[in-house]
Amino acid sequence: MARVKIDNYAYANVPRLGLTGWLRWIWRQVTSMRVALILLLLLALASIPGSVLPQWPQDAANTQGFIDENPFWGPLLDRLGFLDVFGSAWFTAIYLLLFASLIGCIVPRCLVYWRELRAPIPAAPSRLDRYEPTTAELDVEAQAALASARRSLEGSGPQPWRWARGYRVRIDEREGREGAELALSAHQGHVRELGNLIFHVSLVAILICMATGAMLTYRGQALIVVGDTFTNAVVAYDSYESGALFSEGQLEPWTLTLDQFDAEFDLVGLPTEFTAHATLTEPGKEPREVESQVNRPIQVEGAKIYLQGNGYAPVFSITDSDGNVAFRDAVPFLPQDDVYTSTGVIKVPDVTSGEQLGFTATLLPTAVADGDSAQSLHPSPTNPVIYLRAYTGDLGLDDGVPQNVYELDESQLSPLRGDDGQPLVVEMELGDTIELPDGLGTVTWEELPRFAAFDLRRDPTLPWLLGSAIGALVGLSMSLFAPRRRIWLVAPVNPAEGQKTTVVTAAAWAPAHDAGVRDDLERVLAQTSGTSPAVAPTPEER
Amino acid sequence: MTAQELSWLALWGAVALYAIAMVASSVHLARVADAKVAAKARAKAAVAVGGPADESPAGASAARPDAAPEPRVRSRAAGIAKSTTLVGAILNGVGVVARGVEAGHAPWSTMYEYTITGTFVAVVVFLIVQSRRDVSYLAPGVTGFATIALGIGMTVLYEASTGLRPALQSFWLVVHVSIAIIATGVLIVGAVATVLQLMRDYRDNGTAWLQPFRWLEAVPSPATLEALAFRLHAVGFVLWTFTVMAGAVWAEHSWGRYWGWDPKEVWSFVIWVIYAAYLHARTTQGWAGRRSAVLALIGFVALIMNFTVVNIYFQGMHTYA
Ligand code: HEM
Repeated sequence: MARVKIDNYAYANVPRLGLTGWLRWIWRQVTSMRVALILLLLLALASIPGSVLPQWPQDAANTQGFIDENPFWGPLLDRLGFLDVFGSAWFTAIYLLLFASLIGCIVPRCLVYWRELRAPIPAAPSRLDRYEPTTAELDVEAQAALASARRSLEGSGPQPWRWARGYRVRIDEREGREGAELALSAHQGHVRELGNLIFHVSLVAILICMATGAMLTYRGQALIVVGDTFTNAVVAYDSYESGALFSEGQLEPWTLTLDQFDAEFDLVGLPTEFTAHATLTEPGKEPREVESQVNRPIQVEGAKIYLQGNGYAPVFSITDSDGNVAFRDAVPFLPQDDVYTSTGVIKVPDVTSGEQLGFTATLLPTAVADGDSAQSLHPSPTNPVIYLRAYTGDLGLDDGVPQNVYELDESQLSPLRGDDGQPLVVEMELGDTIELPDGLGTVTWEELPRFAAFDLRRDPTLPWLLGSAIGALVGLSMSLFAPRRRIWLVAPVNPAEGQKTTVVTAAAWAPAHDAGVRDDLERVLAQTSGTSPAVAPTPEER
Repeated sequence: MTAQELSWLALWGAVALYAIAMVASSVHLARVADAKVAAKARAKAAVAVGGPADESPAGASAARPDAAPEPRVRSRAAGIAKSTTLVGAILNGVGVVARGVEAGHAPWSTMYEYTITGTFVAVVVFLIVQSRRDVSYLAPGVTGFATIALGIGMTVLYEASTGLRPALQSFWLVVHVSIAIIATGVLIVGAVATVLQLMRDYRDNGTAWLQPFRWLEAVPSPATLEALAFRLHAVGFVLWTFTVMAGAVWAEHSWGRYWGWDPKEVWSFVIWVIYAAYLHARTTQGWAGRRSAVLALIGFVALIMNFTVVNIYFQGMHTYA
């Protein structure tokens, strides 16, 4: 017999788990607290490169620049996902594992919690010695004393309130060491656990909202010059992207006309206010006036339009060598600094004869000459000056590759040169017309309207996301601040010979950071007897 | 006197008072340590004379030095520390308010403003805890941190006040940033408690280089410090969670996306995750105690990084400072 036992014992130690056994083992590991902890630390660690290295989704130009500057490290890091950390396989793997762990952890905990709520709480321990018990003499019978303690512990008030604030209590009559005794056991901690579950479930809900939102969303950027009208269609956007489950056909064909754009700056040129005044026309509705500021988006049919940026869009009219108007339009110039030194590009492909024309230009809203060069002092258009360089040749628009409208492809262009052989830079003021050399034509700067850049976005999950976030916050507060306390009172049913009082033995337990349980105990004993019993002081904090 | 001058003078006054408070509270701590050591020695002698009074084996009482009655130490240093900290905090508060008046908005849009307000909150949090129970052992750490932070703020980070940029004019700025500052203040005090916890723990366990630090005798047991640090960290964590969420709401309002992995957002997230890991570690076997304390300190380092390195060196939409 003995040998068999030993064999069995040895046998049991050999990990012969089989496939399901292994899976179960792996699952238990994944859902363990230790693994959750390590995954959390990994998540923190894995995020850091995303703030140190340039990232494709945040700043594509900078990222490309980084790759070009670092011919070895750049492409390597790119291939390993370090230049798009938050979309990389390893980052995704970490958080998916973490959430698998989380779900595997909270589902059983929810079940246990549900069962525990309906089952009675554990009875008082048979010996209270471990919990530094105190005794109190009460001049009432044991039965009455514990019933009154129960009322005090359960609290008063309407039910949900009482449930949230009070203890859960049970009283047993049992055989103690000195005869029959009544034992009261009071537990608090169900709110804490509930909060913890709400918190973790809300985290899962947040992740689900974010994932769903990414699929149902669309966003686009559009630049509207004052006076122009934008129509909500994919072609009208400067950039447009949408989630996998959103199709372009779902775009509502509303229009937005930018009537006026107010930009205010203080004396040193810091912006104080931007306001876009616009008219919004939704299909089948009366046009309405809308206003947008940086923090106040315009609401349209489930989407929001955010004011994102602004600048100047000078209007040029350009005639070619034959005297025909080859171009007349507003050209958005992108601000380069705080004083709105702006640069723009004009492309004139449709000349009647001869070579195409191209221009690069710099606008100084408040130009002040400074020796040979000039500078802008303020973003307001107090003394606007444009410096223009002209090019002739082939703009490269015909080969079908989409071009950046803010850049001139100079590979097939040559600059116009002045008498000194240097590339010609012409200075213009508002209203000026200049003649290009060699009879190539004229350029007139007619107006200086502003433009506003808008970002439009629809994400139907936002209310859900907000709800989940609030749930997480409330759950977290409950989980961290609701107490977890135990109180036990034990009293002999029949007082000892000749005694009229009941001697109650009382003890309490709570985690180290929670000193309040002693107060609860004192309060209960005081209310039970009507007098303040001598409760031994808490071992003072050392 | 203009609001600017008032702010400037009050803040320098606060720096000076904090420095005095740091010295005085350190002196007081050393006194308490001496008294405790003496009391312990007396208790030990008493046990030796009285023989094995309790059932515990001989020497056990020496291993439980905390059983010695708490010696009450009243020193002049304690009084000085208390009053200088209080007056320093008041001056600090005056400085913050005057700055707000000067700037015409709540003073938390630049690193300088964030620093003076954050220091103020940290000291006030300490004073609040102190009013409920004796935590004077935290005073040297908190006032020392405040002296250094405020001093750096006044000398290195100072910037003349400006109006707010449009992106910063929002109700959510007030909510997001003010809660962030309060969270930071609470977590600073929590970190001080955690540092003391670890130092005391390692000293009790015989780490050599900590033995000369006799003042650590005046500090409560690692378990008590752990409990205090946990409560502070719990409050700080909830506030930080709120900060991150309010930030997301604000970003949604002003940039049209609630989360974009901007460097500042990355770091806020990293800090949040590290403190979450700390809370888990507290309840994980083998991690409770020292290791979780270390995690809390790593979280604190990340918090300071977020405010310094990330503000200064990383490009992002939050680079307002
Ligand atoms: C998405 C990642 C997670 C985050 C951000 C997170 C966050 C938190 C926070 C902040 C607490 C503190 C509340 C408290 O101390 O009462 C907590 C507690 C807890 N978490 Fe998580 N958690 C995550 C994942 C998990 C996972 C995967 C598990 C399961 C292994 C888990 C199990 C627990 C448990 C059991 C507690 C209660 C600790 C206690 O006894 O107080 N958590 N969690």
